[in-house]
Amino acid sequence: MSNLNPLTLYQAAIILLLSGALLPLAAGRANRLANLLGACSALAGGGVGLLGSFSLLLGGAIVTWRMGWVSAGVNLCLHLDPLAGFFLIPVFLLIGSGALYATGYLNLPPRSWQGGRHWFCYNLLAASMALVLGAADSLLFLLAWEGMSLSSFLLVIYNLEDESARKAGWTYLVATHLGAAFLFFLFFQAYRLTGSTEFAAFEALRTLPVSGTVFFFFLALIGFGTKAGLFPMHSWLPEAHSAAPSHVSALMSGVMLKTAIYAFLRILTFLPPPPAWCGMLLAVLGLAGALFGVALATLQSDLKRSLAYSSVENIGLIFFGLGLWLYCRDGRFGGAALLFLAGALLHVWNHALFKSLLFFGAGSIVYATGTREISRLGGLLRRMPRTAVLLLIGGGAISALPPLNGLISEWLLYLGLFKAGQESGGGQAFVFMLLIILLAMVGALVLLMVTRLLGIALSGEPRGPESSRAREVGPAMLAAMSLSALLCLVVGIAPGWALKLVAAPLGLLTGGRLSGGGEVLAGLPFGPAWGWTSLALALFLIALLAWCFAGRPPDPGRSTWGCGFNKPAPRMSYTAGGYGQLAEEEVYCGCLRPGITSSRPRQLFPLRWQWRTRSVDPILVRVVAPFFTRAANLAGTWRRLQGGQLNIYLTYFFAATILLLGWAVYS
Amino acid sequence: MNMIGSILFHLLLLFGLAPLLAGVIARVKAKIGGRTGPPLLQLYFDLAKLFRKRLVISTTTTWLFRAGPLVGFAVPLLASLLVPFGPARAPLSFTGDLILFVYLLALARFFTILAALDTGSSFEGMGAAREATFAILAEPTVFVVFIVLARVSGSFSLNDMFSPAGVAGFQGTAAIALLLVIFCLFIVLLVENCRIPFDDPNTHLELTMIHEVMVLDHSGSDLGLILYGAAMKLLLSATLIANLLRPDTGSVILDALAFVGLLLLVAVGVGLVESAMARLRLIRVPQLLVGTTLLSFFALILLLR
Repeated sequence: MSNLNPLTLYQAAIILLLSGALLPLAAGRANRLANLLGACSALAGGGVGLLGSFSLLLGGAIVTWRMGWVSAGVNLCLHLDPLAGFFLIPVFLLIGSGALYATGYLNLPPRSWQGGRHWFCYNLLAASMALVLGAADSLLFLLAWEGMSLSSFLLVIYNLEDESARKAGWTYLVATHLGAAFLFFLFFQAYRLTGSTEFAAFEALRTLPVSGTVFFFFLALIGFGTKAGLFPMHSWLPEAHSAAPSHVSALMSGVMLKTAIYAFLRILTFLPPPPAWCGMLLAVLGLAGALFGVALATLQSDLKRSLAYSSVENIGLIFFGLGLWLYCRDGRFGGAALLFLAGALLHVWNHALFKSLLFFGAGSIVYATGTREISRLGGLLRRMPRTAVLLLIGGGAISALPPLNGLISEWLLYLGLFKAGQESGGGQAFVFMLLIILLAMVGALVLLMVTRLLGIALSGEPRGPESSRAREVGPAMLAAMSLSALLCLVVGIAPGWALKLVAAPLGLLTGGRLSGGGEVLAGLPFGPAWGWTSLALALFLIALLAWCFAGRPPDPGRSTWGCGFNKPAPRMSYTAGGYGQLAEEEVYCGCLRPGITSSRPRQLFPLRWQWRTRSVDPILVRVVAPFFTRAANLAGTWRRLQGGQLNIYLTYFFAATILLLGWAVYS
Repeated sequence: MNMIGSILFHLLLLFGLAPLLAGVIARVKAKIGGRTGPPLLQLYFDLAKLFRKRLVISTTTTWLFRAGPLVGFAVPLLASLLVPFGPARAPLSFTGDLILFVYLLALARFFTILAALDTGSSFEGMGAAREATFAILAEPTVFVVFIVLARVSGSFSLNDMFSPAGVAGFQGTAAIALLLVIFCLFIVLLVENCRIPFDDPNTHLELTMIHEVMVLDHSGSDLGLILYGAAMKLLLSATLIANLLRPDTGSVILDALAFVGLLLLVAVGVGLVESAMARLRLIRVPQLLVGTTLLSFFALILLLR
């Protein structure tokens, strides 16, 4: 495969995706045609791009391509290397499977503009994500970055009638542009120092003093961290990801967040190694985000919001690994640094796989039932057996259960922590131990979150009329989910292959200095024996289960035992709220408590009571919202300047002209 | 002991000895309570009976309900292959197998919880929520214990961490750390195996139960699998403690005998605790678990000093 030209394939994929953005618009109101054109181009673009990125990653080639376009003021400069290839693979994969899913998921009327609108935004998002990963010029990068933000914003508000979606969309737009402001500043500073917008020239930043490095590090951290949903800049994420159509949620959660991680890593390659405390800060932020995200995920009543918070958790884990890598980069702790980096990079892939699977599955549930409320679901394992099995695989993978992919990346992170703890002494060892314990808590919390989500939504009796009507979804949606599930299994069973693919970007980021880490990676038990054993055991268990079913038939027709109560109603079964309550009351700190609104009747006779709990994000409510309210109030005082009368504006013009004249003369 | 021998020893203890531990606990409790108590081999009789019985299965349930007991049976079996049983080295051993060990147990928890929720019963949902919640507080203790042992033995493999050579690293004041580790492992044993004071395997009040309430609806051979799996999990937890306590005489036979004796002693200890203590109120359980984690932290501090 490595003899294919990755650059040509990459360009072809971008052109296919861009044409996939424009052609459906040309189809006008004919939705079926728009669907066909949009989905086919996305699939073709995804496939071609996937081929190109694999050949890039396996071949290990570094390709640069330039095309000056003076009249447009753009310097089209692409740079493809194994790091870009590593991130391009999940991007192109999910572009394809998301498009496949969308053909089943979008319920379009025969004639409307919706189809064209959707595919325009979808393929534009796809093309700009791919371009972000390949761009090697600041302006091109920012252009693609902006295209990614805008097209995903339009997709978040795809359901224009849904007010909460519109609100989420605005929040997202504001947040992403606040982050982008830092990036503009970052690239402007880089331009000022190096005199070029091209990434290749940024190598000159290598000679920066420590203060300059820290400055750039923080600009990148805030700018890209906002986009990636790093705690505490994540508050836009749960809103936007739950409001978007499910395949878009999968794309945004699975890969769009990762483009920010890629860009962060890319900026790091231009800088001299930042001081170790920067790495520790990043790790602490990541772990705090992981704990915070997963704790809130166990409290959400909305299926997709819960998954979105789990994305905050996983992004936190990735940044945790990256931060520890930066902390140990100088080789103080043997091969630990490499384990952290490999774990974080592999988690990028793993999260793309299982989160897309879970969002697709959640989308199928929403499609079949019409509700995202977990406590109205139930009994779906019986009504949507295939979706349910695929969701269970995704749930197992995200909980890092063997033999699925999540375990592998967590294993690397744990092993790195153990190693670092072993190599260091005294207080430092204690810090690593503390991190291990917190990571273990994250793991147990994820299990709580997943069992709550899947156990309540899939098992038992339907808790609402919506879920009793549910039917299995169509083949396109199932195929998209199966692809992700299959890859979760493949990475889990043959982690050796995945680690081989991680090796190229790993070498690029560490500059070939593996410092004893090579043996560490080689010493991992992920050889063929691991694969065969886990495969054999999984098959054996499935066969045993089948054999159990083939055995003597059980006594038919009994309902679940209800302590002697013979008419158990679905309303008596456990709810999602109840499932998370014990953890909320006994384990979490008070700031995570959900807000309660109740209307207590004051009359004598029994009336309707209402009692609602709604989980609120403490960062959003206590930090972000007050800040913006205050900013809006402050801005409001300046509004008086806008009198709305012509003579006032003419006075402004006059005053400005005089001032400028004075300044021109004076200087 | 060679590989075949240690696999056989593992399987012999797991299948043969595991149900006896439950019998020992029950017998000790009965003796202290002044009762005659069930025969030592009661669980063997129960299992033999249950595997001959027909299943009664709720119409609400699906395959997930059947998968729970099966995974709950298979996982302790698999996990114990990563742990040395006294003189018998672990048949499967590699760097970082302690992480696999923890996540294998999580796999069993995952399926048990889902099987419980599959019944749609509110009691079982309640038990499932408790199991998942308390695991958040119990898991850190396991990891701290493993950290301490890994640090002392200088290895990330359970086989070396729980070998006499590994334990020999607890010299001088570090011996106190070893005692703390053993105490914490004992608490973990009580939590993970749903013993008093955390949970009462013999209670009949669904509202207060944790693990037992999750398996209320299982019957026949499925219940048999659950009981067998639980017995093996108890044995596995006791193994961890016995490995740290066992003497190293150099003779395989003596070592094996001492190891089995220690396993039975752990069971007696569990029986004594159960006789002496009452079940904790549910809201006290998290506090005790956090306390145990702190205690295991002290072991760590002693070591890092």
